[in-house]
Amino acid sequence: MLTLSHYLILAAILFAIGVVGIFLNRKNLIVLLMSIELMLLAVNTNFIAFSRFMNDVDGQVFVFFILVVAAAEAAIGLAVLVVLFRNLKTIHVDDLDRLNG
Amino acid sequence: MDFKSVVFYLFSAVLVFASLRVITARNPVRAVLYLVLAFVSGGGIWMLLEAEFLAITLVLVYVGAVMVLFLFVVMLLDINLDRLREGFWSYLPLGATVGALMALEMGVVIGGSYFDLFENRVPALVTDSNVKEIGRLIYTDYVYPFEVASVILLVGIVAAIALTGRQRRQTKAMDPAQQVLVKASDRVRLVSMPSEKLEDSVPQAGE
Repeated sequence: MLTLSHYLILAAILFAIGVVGIFLNRKNLIVLLMSIELMLLAVNTNFIAFSRFMNDVDGQVFVFFILVVAAAEAAIGLAVLVVLFRNLKTIHVDDLDRLNG
Repeated sequence: MDFKSVVFYLFSAVLVFASLRVITARNPVRAVLYLVLAFVSGGGIWMLLEAEFLAITLVLVYVGAVMVLFLFVVMLLDINLDRLREGFWSYLPLGATVGALMALEMGVVIGGSYFDLFENRVPALVTDSNVKEIGRLIYTDYVYPFEVASVILLVGIVAAIALTGRQRRQTKAMDPAQQVLVKASDRVRLVSMPSEKLEDSVPQAGE
């Protein structure tokens, strides 16, 4: 019998993997964006699990809005990445220190 | 173990494996492909939770559009992989410690008996389809946030095009700012010179 905790623990593991991905791939901007996507997936799974076990569809509507914002974020983030690469010829995070006084 | 549990554990195993490969894959293209696998498995988990509309949206929008966009960008960029990977394993102990601690803490909170109260609830019998229910909510209670979401998407489109769209050199388009700034002296130059008389030798008309 599947309980709410099954889904929540799965989402927790997924979220932790996303955080570890940000630690490991500190230099690679693309994989950083992908780790954020993983964490968003974990959060959305939490929302849907609670929505299911509390008989409340509002949680699913919230996931819908999160998907919209995440799609816009990915599009703009990748556009910034392309412009960055075009100007600097690199996506290495350590090279992006122009704002560092 | 019933069939649902088997499906759940299968999808979970694939999901965790794919996520681990996303963050450890050497080649970003492979990372994107594993992320696609992770999203499809996540869609399966959502389907188990009876969120059919969102599961299909995840596969259609995320795998179909966002991940393909990722794939395009990763393939367009010429990345020096060796430099991006340096220091990868040196961050592993710290990262793994923090990640394991986070998962453990959340597991302690979530896995306890606190959430048992939800188990006693019997999920309502599904009378309408999931899509119908979400649609009813979006177009009644959440109609204003729904419109805001569409504006956010529009802003996303405009921002992405404005950031990456390059000005073409050879177009003959007008620049309105330059047009407004123009003065009369830029267009017509009045030259003062002595007026010229008609010579007598020039035959007059009508003679």
